[in-house]
Amino acid sequence: MSEKVLLKNIDPKNPQPVTFEQYVKNGGYEGARIALSKTPLEVQQIVKDSGLRGRGGAGFPTGLKWSFVPMDYQGQKYLICNCDEMEPGTFKDRALVYGDPHQLIEGMLIAAYAMQMTKGFIFIRYEYKKGAEILDRAIAEAEQHGWLGKNIQGSGFDFHLETHLSAGRYICGEETALLNSLEGKRANPRSKPPFPQIRGFLGQPTIVNNVETLCNIPHILAKGPEWYKKLGLNGNAGTKLMGASGRVKTPGLWELPMGTPLSVLLNEYAGGPSREFPFKAVIPGALSTPIFTPEQFDTPMDFDSVAKAGSRLGTACVIVFDEGDCMVAATANIMKFYARESCGFCTPCREGMQWIYDTVCAIRDGQGQPSDMQVLDDLSRHIAHTFCAFAPGAQDPFLSAITKFRHEFEEHIAKRTCSIAK
Amino acid sequence: MIPETLRKELSDHCAHYPSRQVGLIYVLQKLQEHYGGWLPDEAISQAAEIVGVPEVEVEGVATFYNWFFREPVGKTVIVCCDSVSCYLCGSEKIVEHLENRLGIRIGETTPDGRFTLLPVVCLGNCDRAPSIMVGDRLYERVTPAMIDEILANAEMLAEGKE
Repeated sequence: MSEKVLLKNIDPKNPQPVTFEQYVKNGGYEGARIALSKTPLEVQQIVKDSGLRGRGGAGFPTGLKWSFVPMDYQGQKYLICNCDEMEPGTFKDRALVYGDPHQLIEGMLIAAYAMQMTKGFIFIRYEYKKGAEILDRAIAEAEQHGWLGKNIQGSGFDFHLETHLSAGRYICGEETALLNSLEGKRANPRSKPPFPQIRGFLGQPTIVNNVETLCNIPHILAKGPEWYKKLGLNGNAGTKLMGASGRVKTPGLWELPMGTPLSVLLNEYAGGPSREFPFKAVIPGALSTPIFTPEQFDTPMDFDSVAKAGSRLGTACVIVFDEGDCMVAATANIMKFYARESCGFCTPCREGMQWIYDTVCAIRDGQGQPSDMQVLDDLSRHIAHTFCAFAPGAQDPFLSAITKFRHEFEEHIAKRTCSIAK
Repeated sequence: MIPETLRKELSDHCAHYPSRQVGLIYVLQKLQEHYGGWLPDEAISQAAEIVGVPEVEVEGVATFYNWFFREPVGKTVIVCCDSVSCYLCGSEKIVEHLENRLGIRIGETTPDGRFTLLPVVCLGNCDRAPSIMVGDRLYERVTPAMIDEILANAEMLAEGKE
């Protein structure tokens, strides 16, 4: 096991919130103390130098994203933490919030200082209501000890932070939909540009960062960018929370060096197959990423390597299927999710997802027609002509399923029954 | 009608934002609590009046989100994760067992108004699948055998709340 950074204070099997006193005793708020002794631009430079890339799935360099926020802006700027973790297969931000709330608060304080933002929100999904309560208590503790509120630690910098409990909808995790939701509207995505860094929450410059991204920041400040860069393998910066669920013997969440091979995650950490069947497929970045088959299992789990192998690192929480799983039935399950959670704004997504779901269900149930494959091929090309990343995200697992497991679809249509599911 | 103290609390909450509409989700959540778990037409009008936005805007929001209900729901809402990791670990059997035990299909409320059964998106607990939530409480690695116990528990909790 490699160096634990984000999970230092957390048992992912049973996360219990670390108190302010414990957090400080374990070196907490040292990163913030160092940040407040530097200029905001120096802090931005440290984060840039660290090589940290966004952990919400897109992998955009965090320091670069921050640098788009205008520093001479006179009005209110906002920092928002995206804790709308709803990507099927993903369970990493839950552990961070439930286990070490001050790590997130400290990360947000440093980010806010670096961009001179005096207000922040943590946007948290409804089902993590207990997490929101944990954060509310931690925010109160941080205020009592002068790490939030006015004139933080005598620095003259103010930062006010509050939680926002969402009313639940997958699309809220898309950053512009999240902004509309936070403004008290339907969570339909906005067009970009303008990017939120220029015009975000209530039209003001805004940064939206994922929980895990922000939790990296205190450590980068406390131990320096050089130390951080060396945590990963093959030139990748930092550690990454990686999870495994589905057909593995010991599903779980681990903090591993960025670039750890998928096969190591599957076999050493997740214990190999849970049943007598060998692995058949893995969705590497949680649901909305293209499916890997065994010849890709040696891929290092970092942004560039997974992209090179034809998928995306996404949230690095892998979903595992074995030879006893029918990929037609699995695809039906996957498409049900997208059909139900489409926000309905764009016709190709709203109508297309349901059409695909109905067609795949018919094939699964032995009612498929030979012409159905043509329908699925056509839909796979057209559904993603939409406004936001939702439909392309659905297209990824769907297109790879009908390509890589085409024989299973064709067999269901020809034999009108399933010979695979066990 | 809602008590004046609640109206004032909600209005003050809206006033602490630069735009009152930022408070709309919170206002609807609190009104839903007040009205026993759902939002009758009256609550939509009240939210519009408190927040200061047109009723149609409130209706748009109230019908968009998974956790706002525009029709009555049971005293206890049970949500079953049916996303992929739970599906691989047998969520369909869990739903089937709950349907049989409660005598309703998913999406329905028991005639005695005690339980509503709904599907839900991934609960972020995939390493302990399958997961369900009964009210605010998360249950993991659920088996059909556990469900009787869970339902008895839920009934006790619902009674305790009264």
